[in-house]
Amino acid sequence: MPKREAPEINAGSMADIAFLLLIFFLVTTTMDVDSGIARKLPPYDENPPETPPQMVKNNLLAVLVNANDEILVNEEYMELRDLRAKAVEFIDNNYKGNCDYCQGRRDPKMSDNPEKHIISLQNDRGTSYEMYIAVQNELTGAYNELRDRLAQTRHGRNFNLLNEEDAKEIAKDYPVNISEAEPVKF
Amino acid sequence: MSKFKKKKSGGSPGISTASLPDIVFMLLFFFMVTTVMREVDLKIENKKPSATEVKKLEKRSLVSYIYIGKPKERFQAQFGREPRIQLNDQFARLEEIGAFALQEKESKSESERPLLQFSIKADYQVKMGIVTDVKMELRKANALKINYSTEKGIPRMLR
Repeated sequence: MPKREAPEINAGSMADIAFLLLIFFLVTTTMDVDSGIARKLPPYDENPPETPPQMVKNNLLAVLVNANDEILVNEEYMELRDLRAKAVEFIDNNYKGNCDYCQGRRDPKMSDNPEKHIISLQNDRGTSYEMYIAVQNELTGAYNELRDRLAQTRHGRNFNLLNEEDAKEIAKDYPVNISEAEPVKF
Repeated sequence: MSKFKKKKSGGSPGISTASLPDIVFMLLFFFMVTTVMREVDLKIENKKPSATEVKKLEKRSLVSYIYIGKPKERFQAQFGREPRIQLNDQFARLEEIGAFALQEKESKSESERPLLQFSIKADYQVKMGIVTDVKMELRKANALKINYSTEKGIPRMLR
């Protein structure tokens, strides 16, 4: 029998296979980008003041979420999808008329100006976290909407594209005043 | 019959691609090794709720995580089915959060401490009770910058 030489294996396609694997790993290993709703907690007070600070009632938007995930806004039942518009209307109301960038209806039942307004968010211990986040999301959405609007008129672009200084100014014009009380049993 | 062979006419000598697979494999292994995230071993169920108005968490080194959720099935015999808190790699009691917050603060340099954020990664099914308790503990520990970790997406209630 004549001695046969072993045929060489063509390794030319090896690179392609390796590339395929490489691309597969590149695509599938998505970095888990962490994102969320940022909030600042109020400092802890050993003995909270007995009487809550007096404030004009029209400046308060009381949002209650009960254990059944139902929302009560200023003692009226409200659907989640209406909350954002309501919050925008409330913050931007400008009853006192000393806010020149507001476009609110100047309703005497709603906030004096964006600086004065307070949104009080209160939830039950049985409220689901998902609902709570949804409500927080809607409220944040309301602020973002107003800030974007102001940023558009002043600088012609959205709030998150502004430089730090301009952004700070607008954040001051529409401050986030969400107060979270301890949860209660309704 | 010339003494000198004529040079091969035209055409560049082919570059050997035999080592190309090796190079690519090296790249491949590099990516495979480096993209392994040092995530904590989650002992709880953790499916985040979705929200649209989210902010990206910058500076991951300055973020500490607090996980809240129902223990995974294999831990349920030991820890029950009620939502629990997980810090780093183990279950924790509520009272341990204060110490945890302090410890996290201590581990950062003086200048970075005010920037330290606590990301609350709670399962969408947990009730607010435990989340509020955690928030209260954080307030007591004077760790006030928090972040509710969410997925990007429209909340289920609005879909």
